[in-house]
Amino acid sequence: MHRDRIKFLAFAAVILAAPQLFHGGYLMNVLVFVGINTMLAIGLNLLLGYAGQISLGHAGFFGLGAYLSGILTSTCGWNPWLAMPLVAAVVGAAAFLIGFPILKLKGHYLAMATLGMGIIIYIVFNETVALTGGPSGLSGIPNISLGDLTFDNDVKNYYLIWFFTLCLILLTQNLADSRVGRALRAVHDSEVAAQVMGINARLLKVQIFTLSAVISSVAGSLYAHTMTFVSPASFGFNFSVELLTMVVIGGLGSIYGSFLGAALLTLLPEFLRAAHDYDIVIYGGLLMTMVMYMPGGLVRGVPDLFRKLQKKGGSRHA
Amino acid sequence: MQFDQLLQYTLSGLSTGAIYALIGIGFSIIYNATGIINFAQGEFVMLGGMLTMFFLGLLKLPLWAAVPCSVAATTVAGVLFECLAIRPLKQPTPINLVIITIGGSILIRGLSMLLWGKDTHAIPPFSGEEPINIGGATILPQHVWILGVTLVIIAANKYYFYHTISGKAMRACAYNRRAAGLVGIDVRRMVLFSFIISSALGSVAGIIVAPLTMTAYDVGIMLGLKGFCAAIIGGMSGGAATVVGGLILGILESLGAGLISSGYKDAIAFIILLLLLFIRPQGLFGKAQSERV
Repeated sequence: MHRDRIKFLAFAAVILAAPQLFHGGYLMNVLVFVGINTMLAIGLNLLLGYAGQISLGHAGFFGLGAYLSGILTSTCGWNPWLAMPLVAAVVGAAAFLIGFPILKLKGHYLAMATLGMGIIIYIVFNETVALTGGPSGLSGIPNISLGDLTFDNDVKNYYLIWFFTLCLILLTQNLADSRVGRALRAVHDSEVAAQVMGINARLLKVQIFTLSAVISSVAGSLYAHTMTFVSPASFGFNFSVELLTMVVIGGLGSIYGSFLGAALLTLLPEFLRAAHDYDIVIYGGLLMTMVMYMPGGLVRGVPDLFRKLQKKGGSRHA
Repeated sequence: MQFDQLLQYTLSGLSTGAIYALIGIGFSIIYNATGIINFAQGEFVMLGGMLTMFFLGLLKLPLWAAVPCSVAATTVAGVLFECLAIRPLKQPTPINLVIITIGGSILIRGLSMLLWGKDTHAIPPFSGEEPINIGGATILPQHVWILGVTLVIIAANKYYFYHTISGKAMRACAYNRRAAGLVGIDVRRMVLFSFIISSALGSVAGIIVAPLTMTAYDVGIMLGLKGFCAAIIGGMSGGAATVVGGLILGILESLGAGLISSGYKDAIAFIILLLLLFIRPQGLFGKAQSERV
């Protein structure tokens, strides 16, 4: 427990110091997205890594957060700080309601159902033109401000987003170490066994699905206010797959793994600008190779590989 | 609403429904042999259309030669997919299988995009574009092709599964894989067979629909999902129930697009899918079975 605190403080220190290293610039903008994607990956990881329930529709919750916040603050003129928790509550309530029938399904069926849900949400974004602006998007979303401070540039947004992301990391760490976290892992390993131990597996799964949707919604609200523009293309099936890739690459059930996956998948396309069209090939290849050769993700696979290599080296010397 | 309008929607719905049925049968054949929902099924459909376009356009093959070549090439892709991605998987848990078939599907999609670009491509209709008039509604010769080919395939499928040794062996695997292994059926070969049949079926669906709807590297997602929806309506049976499922879906979609709004056309299939999964996961015609839920 103590080691986790130290790890967190070290991580937070690096995050807070990073802008000093990069002196603003374009990379700051990318790091803002790393923060948002980390939140989303952690949200999905709670569901997939801890509870063992897949979702291919999380881009939908992210989009709902972004659009509802965007519409309430731009068209209706609400304060972002008022809109964000309200939107999160609405998205959470919706997830809770749909969670009961949807999480009754397992494995492949759950994957298909969440995928269908995500696509329905995506179609609604595209078709309700009067509300969302349709395929051309919704613009004029205000930046978030705190008193006289308006978060209107990359460095300010960086601190805003990472403040939320660090809070989320602390929160999920505590959750994972609590009774709920242990119950989730029990459900993951065997739902029947968990129920025999007195865990209400069904309710627990719905609760974690709801929490995960709320996290995605908050990330969506923050995304809308930092970008000041949203369009349906950011919330389609491809983004759900991208989130899944982040979680799988980083490592199921690992919070820093989610950060690693999010950072890797957000930074990679920036460094491979020339190879822009290759990204979907790379995601596909990565997903397959990770599941085949490193099912524990980078956070577990790389140390394992290192140990194996060391052993080989050691045995050669002996 | 006039009768001929209704007839028109129903007729065009029937032909798209036949496509969904073919894709759905592909889903259920693999599901029954392996317990896997193959998320890459739609990509086989896309490959069928795109490869035909490739053989016709770049290699200048005539249609009668391009079609079998494209089916064969897609089948090879299906075999490779099974041998390189599904078979070596060390921990075949449902989540890993979902992730690996999704990975495979976006890999196939990405490679096709790199090979053939992002444009939509057209394939010429098999026999002209002279509309045929049926009781006030018009259909194209391609619609007749689609319905005809689907009928032939369903009949061939039925013959294979009920009157040949390997077809019966595959059904045995679907009932109980361990028991099938015990009576001497090579289950691994049956799994490979299931991928061969499904990818071939998928590619045929992709080829016969391409002259009507055009084809592009990304048509596989939607067609695949709707085929899955047909299979769910049919309770993953692989037989007549899935065909009926596809036809119901096609007609509902066509009526919905005509009467409600064409923008929400795709949403109709997914709403049906969700409702069915929530209320009757065993399919519209199946008996309740706790295992599938």
